[in-house]
Amino acid sequence: MATDLLRVQDLVTEFRTDDGVVHAVDGVSFNIRQGQTLGLVGESGCGKSVTALSIMGLIEHPGTIAGGHIMFEGKDLVGLNQEEIRHVRGKEIAMIFQEPMTSLNPVYTVGDQIAEMARLHLHMDRKHAWEHAIEMLRTVKIPSPEKRVSDYPHHMSGGMRQRVMIAMAISCTPKLLIADEPTTALDVTIQAQILDLLRDLQREFQMSILMITHDLGVVAEICENVVVMYAGKVVEEAPVRGIFNSPQHPYTEGLLRSIPHLGMTSAAKLAVIKGTVPSAMNWPPGCRFAPRCSLRFEKCVEDPPLFDVGGQQSACWLNESGRRATSKRVVKAGEL
Amino acid sequence: MTAEAAKPPLAVADGGQPLLRIRGIKKYFPVRRGFLQRVIGYVKAVDGVDLDVGHGETLGLVGESGCGKSTLGRSILRLIEPTEGTIEFEGRNITKLDRRHMKPVRADMQIIFQDPVGSLNPRMSVGDIVGEGLLVHGMKDRKKRQKIIRDILEKVGLRQEYANRYPHEFSGGQRQRIGIARALALSPKLIIADEPVSALDVSIQSQVLNLLVDLRKEFGLTYIFVAHNLAVVSYISDRVAVMYLGQVMELADAEELYKNPLHPYTQSLLSAIPQPDPDHPRNRTVLTGDVPSPFNPPSGCPFRTRCPLAREKGTQNGICAEERPPLIEKRVPGHFAACHFA
Repeated sequence: MATDLLRVQDLVTEFRTDDGVVHAVDGVSFNIRQGQTLGLVGESGCGKSVTALSIMGLIEHPGTIAGGHIMFEGKDLVGLNQEEIRHVRGKEIAMIFQEPMTSLNPVYTVGDQIAEMARLHLHMDRKHAWEHAIEMLRTVKIPSPEKRVSDYPHHMSGGMRQRVMIAMAISCTPKLLIADEPTTALDVTIQAQILDLLRDLQREFQMSILMITHDLGVVAEICENVVVMYAGKVVEEAPVRGIFNSPQHPYTEGLLRSIPHLGMTSAAKLAVIKGTVPSAMNWPPGCRFAPRCSLRFEKCVEDPPLFDVGGQQSACWLNESGRRATSKRVVKAGEL
Repeated sequence: MTAEAAKPPLAVADGGQPLLRIRGIKKYFPVRRGFLQRVIGYVKAVDGVDLDVGHGETLGLVGESGCGKSTLGRSILRLIEPTEGTIEFEGRNITKLDRRHMKPVRADMQIIFQDPVGSLNPRMSVGDIVGEGLLVHGMKDRKKRQKIIRDILEKVGLRQEYANRYPHEFSGGQRQRIGIARALALSPKLIIADEPVSALDVSIQSQVLNLLVDLRKEFGLTYIFVAHNLAVVSYISDRVAVMYLGQVMELADAEELYKNPLHPYTQSLLSAIPQPDPDHPRNRTVLTGDVPSPFNPPSGCPFRTRCPLAREKGTQNGICAEERPPLIEKRVPGHFAACHFA
């Protein structure tokens, strides 16, 4: 069993705005082992991206990490000053973003941008860094990298730009790659290419990947373990098969039932999670999912802890006395 | 395009007149360069599309970004004027109608947009947004208008009081409901839904999809459902047209298309979709490269540069480059594919 590379413990990240305090991340804990891919799943506003930015030390005013620890290789990243975090960020932990166009600098060639990383963290000279950039473009399977290295980001397609982002991110062989919706802006055929690439790179470099996504298809495809977030908290954590075959938390179950699978027709109604995600300014008391939950009962006015149910964890009072029988995937592709 | 007679009947089974019939629709956007803004070429966004949509049918248009699906949707409404081709609505050619004659037709054809923020005027109340069409089309009676607005808000699952509020007070899913209410206000026959759920969260998507299905039943609506997500499209559609670089590659019943895709592009598109099932077998055909630019599309079959079948057969520069494969019926009635080998 590999050791934990990253342990996030009771992380609390808040934004103090004029209108009040936004509790974006409110006591989140999870671990990532070496070489593992962990999926962080949830809808917009659930705090998944803020969790990632907290790990990267990229929370800016008015946001603060108000509590908890982020242990990376045994060292707490919370409380490091900017100088110290810079040695970790980019080198040990790298991140790729959803929109590669806005994350790349339009006035530098892609080669310059990759080389900058190598010069900064690996202390290469200009020439070696440039060669390193070409090598990295080759690693992410960009055709004729010697030529493309001098291109500007706008010369490239969305899929190519995302490859460049990945090349930058892995140029210092980080131990952890945080991928925040890396394929959301891409077409499916390009998404398939990028997912394959990430899988290959992980095998080659033994990286851990924190994959942040709202797409359960992507999760099933690439993740070994999954953390489901709702309203700033972890509601369920499990190996990927546990999540899909016997989701324990009603929110996870609802999400799985509400997506149309290939082969479903509108003769079968989609399950619905009523209402909308509550505001981070004003989370509901007790279980935060309760107002939308169809299985709500008296106990739900209290905040449920994570109950361990056979290797799977669920923050639902229904799991207090153990596993509950939930339907497997409601409709399998092709069953209709 | 070949003669009309060579074209297969694309209509639905009932044999009657389709609600919408489009033939040879092309939309070329000129590309201008230099001081004199000379036209140096055209982006062929839609390049010769024939489709029939029956009464009460839902036709899905699916494809990757840049395939022309949205441009086609807007060309049908003449929000974008097509460069070539004809649009027949209820048997009447509306392609060349002037503004005045087009206006009553527009009441029958409405659109729902992807972006529920950008498509609602922030300075107008929800009631004004939903009722604007009624006013434009001559319903001067305020009382009557308000009654319709209230009824429709109710139908799309919003409270009547919301009529006095403004778009920014609503969540994405609710705003999309407002967009749907606006489209419904004039009791149209045809609604073009352009990526109506793509911007929404997963748990909200199913709410809106269910709503669209319910409304279709209640009002006997006909939809053209434009989206990039094949699972969503085939869920809601009776028939699905798969587009690539401005052309229809394959057209079939939703179920038939999913179970028995004939065109190599459809096959790779289907295999590329990540299935929410960790035990799903992953035998995918990963397409190499990107979609070519519609400014300079490949000759012959637009898909040939990425096509695994053409590569296998060694015809990428042979017949596939020389001849554009026609969209013809293959194997099963009603299943059309544009491929020399499918």
